[in-house]
Amino acid sequence: MSYGQKVDIIDIDYSWSFINYARATDGVYFITLFKSVIISLITTFLCLLIAIPVAFYISFSSVRVKSILLVSILLPLWTNLLIRTYSLIALLRTKGHINNALENLWESANYLLSFFRLANHNFIGESFTPLSLMHNNFSVIFGLIYIYVPFMIIPIYLVLEKIDRNILEASYDLGANHKITFFKIIMPNISVGITSGIILVFIPCLGSFIIPELLGGADSQMIGNIIERQFKSANDWPFGSALSFILIYITIIILGVRYVYSKLYSRLYQRGVS
Amino acid sequence: MTEKKTTIELKKLNKKFGDIIAVNDVSLKISENDFFTILGPSGCGKSTILRLIAGLEVQDSGAVIINNKDSSFVQANERPVNMVFQSYALFPHLSVRDNIEFGLKLKKISNIDIKIRVEEILELVKMNGYDFKLPSELSGGQKQRVALARAIVNKPKIVLLDEPLSALDANLRMEMQQELVNIQRNLKMTFMLVTHDQDEALSISSKIAIMENGKIIETNTATNMYEYPSKKFSAEFLGRINIIEGASSLIDNRMLFNSDTFGKINLERDIKLPKDGVLGIRPEKIIIETGLNKHKNRVSMNGTITNWTYYGDVSYITIELKNKSKVYINVQNIHRNSLQELNIGKKLFASFDINDLIILEK
Amino acid sequence: MKKRVQHYTPVNYAKNNTLKIITFIFLVILYLPIINLIMFSFNDSKRNIVWRGFTSKYYEKLFENEMLFLAFSNSMTIAITSTIISTFLGITTAIALWKFNFYLKKYYDVALLFPIIIPEICMGISMLVFFNYINWPNFQLWPFTLSSIIIAHVSFIFPFVAIIIRARLSMLNNEILEAGQDLGASKYQVIRKIIIPFMSPALVASALLAFTLSLDDFVVTFFTSGPNSVTLPVKIYSMVRFGISPEINAISTLLILIIIICTYFAIRFLSKSNREFMK
Repeated sequence: MSYGQKVDIIDIDYSWSFINYARATDGVYFITLFKSVIISLITTFLCLLIAIPVAFYISFSSVRVKSILLVSILLPLWTNLLIRTYSLIALLRTKGHINNALENLWESANYLLSFFRLANHNFIGESFTPLSLMHNNFSVIFGLIYIYVPFMIIPIYLVLEKIDRNILEASYDLGANHKITFFKIIMPNISVGITSGIILVFIPCLGSFIIPELLGGADSQMIGNIIERQFKSANDWPFGSALSFILIYITIIILGVRYVYSKLYSRLYQRGVS
Repeated sequence: MTEKKTTIELKKLNKKFGDIIAVNDVSLKISENDFFTILGPSGCGKSTILRLIAGLEVQDSGAVIINNKDSSFVQANERPVNMVFQSYALFPHLSVRDNIEFGLKLKKISNIDIKIRVEEILELVKMNGYDFKLPSELSGGQKQRVALARAIVNKPKIVLLDEPLSALDANLRMEMQQELVNIQRNLKMTFMLVTHDQDEALSISSKIAIMENGKIIETNTATNMYEYPSKKFSAEFLGRINIIEGASSLIDNRMLFNSDTFGKINLERDIKLPKDGVLGIRPEKIIIETGLNKHKNRVSMNGTITNWTYYGDVSYITIELKNKSKVYINVQNIHRNSLQELNIGKKLFASFDINDLIILEK
Repeated sequence: MKKRVQHYTPVNYAKNNTLKIITFIFLVILYLPIINLIMFSFNDSKRNIVWRGFTSKYYEKLFENEMLFLAFSNSMTIAITSTIISTFLGITTAIALWKFNFYLKKYYDVALLFPIIIPEICMGISMLVFFNYINWPNFQLWPFTLSSIIIAHVSFIFPFVAIIIRARLSMLNNEILEAGQDLGASKYQVIRKIIIPFMSPALVASALLAFTLSLDDFVVTFFTSGPNSVTLPVKIYSMVRFGISPEINAISTLLILIIIICTYFAIRFLSKSNREFMK
């Protein structure tokens, strides 16, 4: 259908045409696609930064603490995506809880300063200006991280769990400190989990539309929003299909790259066994 | 004889894991060039001692002194000791060569020196030609060699071996035991091994410490540990032994032992048996004879064979004496036809020399 | 001489304070919005910022709201029906992949994973386009209004079921089945007395999972639902677009509660099935 052309609002002419794909590469749509990729990359990278220490801590905890932590990370995954995104609004909006807390902080700081007769010097600004945490790129990335970080933690945790603890001990024993052990011993051994995590975060991020819809502003639209609009309001189904097929192609390419990578990797490991 | 230099000294070392006391007040001295073995049943805390020396665990109290330097709180990566792990712990993503080079590269040694040393070590452990294989492509014995090479290439003050041969099959284990001894002698290094295998301990170590429930029971050279143990636990753990219970008295400065099994034994030694002490005799020291031996240094007995286990080179026999006590005897199967004489139910005479008796503390 | 006192084993990262603090902050941020949402569903104020005392009036209001009730019953009908269908499809797929070797089996395996991995929005619109292309009749009579959503749900849920059951089946080795036959069981008895009891914990777990997935789904439903087939998440979405209100908090809390209960039992059954295997 993505190769079809829109004839009028209801009828669609199923012909083989690349016009819709060509349209996806021009101007505003291409910028949005590019921006979606950038936002997804940033999100994936930040998820990785958060996930590694958390996965580490879980993996090295005692059995009881470990199961509690694992369940607490998995539980939000079962909570509705929509509800979780919605729950962020209450925190982030201009009159939300974060700004509310900051305002209270500002007021008490101001009160404290007035004790020292410094309030008139406006060290901390004349009045509290709420941070704009909503309807911008920050809120979209924050929301994406909030929703998808468990998908990064779990695969990293799973491979960390498989590493023989003696290997880490051997590394210290041979004179490596924590940093060297992390980069030379741990990282190569969890790379499989990291790639899984990157895929599990990057792909849904790229296709997300609820989060930018609810948390984003006019300039933080992602490709998912455009696709949704083609179907729900603009009624240009062929173009929407073309866009969504671009997403599927990206997914397939990523999975293909990973497949080749893992093949090479395992060949490297099994080399010479006959 | 000059006193050998002490490489490792443990002073009143204690370590608890929760409620379990793994290491209980252990003091040890390991001299240079020793092949020191800690022998004990599994779970007695012997591996914990190695890990304390390596710095992989931190003691609750006591001190670890390496080369006359208190290293109790030196971090693992700064201690001049290296460990061979039970699971080998080879880095799975690194080749044999990279595994061995790992420690050297951290020491700021020039690349040429590293190359030369790795080459030497590969030769020594007979792994040349395997440089670029990954650990997953190696057999158990080969992994073992790489793990050993990775430790000794750094020329540590002491090489710690945590049951390194336990995963190998019997023949390969024998071969590796011999190689370990050769390597240790050639390199003049200090080795410390932990094992639960008595044969391994006897055949390769110069010194043995026997451990039970976190405590060192006894330390001695390998031969003395077998021939002259002083504790009942170590005598029973290292080899088989007939324990002779009874009471002793001192008459004319000579010990007279009134045993439950063999009656009165005049020990001809001017030592008094310690409180609740016993005597012991190794099964192979008892000889089968044609009749009662009346020699004053020999203790004789006669009994019926109740059990006979054939091991090819030796046979383990259990005989029952008239007073229902049981005695274990090891017999060398010198002639093929002598086997027929050892049937269950057959009566026989046997004797041992009183000088072979071991005095044991409980 | 500088002495560095080390109070814990070098590789025991569980005692590393930096990691501890990061994990703690992470969990706080993860749960703060949800707890906040649940808390303010009981808040006696429309403004949703300041706590003004406990009330359950928003819950009472929910039960009076006919539109919400309709959405809820739609959601439940869809969830139950698609659970039954996808569990059945999942079992048969799992058994087929486990027991038989057939042409292009390897590719079938990959194809099974496809609905799970591609972005949800692509799944949603492909369903929409599919129903449009085959001219799926626009039913007016309940429950047929829900048929397209059910088909869409089944098609992305049954791979999950198949994968879970297949993982369980792969633990059952052929020798056990042969032992069963050796002890005199017929082929039918082997299935009834060995395979099904062995599968059952995974079966219950995957059915519960299917139920939560269906009840929880928004994206696919959003594209396949019409004005006559509004589900709870879709209804919530249309409410959310008008901003924050305690009613949304209340209905969300209820949905979270149902899903947590289902997940709890799913995890229990799944871990029970794994524990059995460990023994």
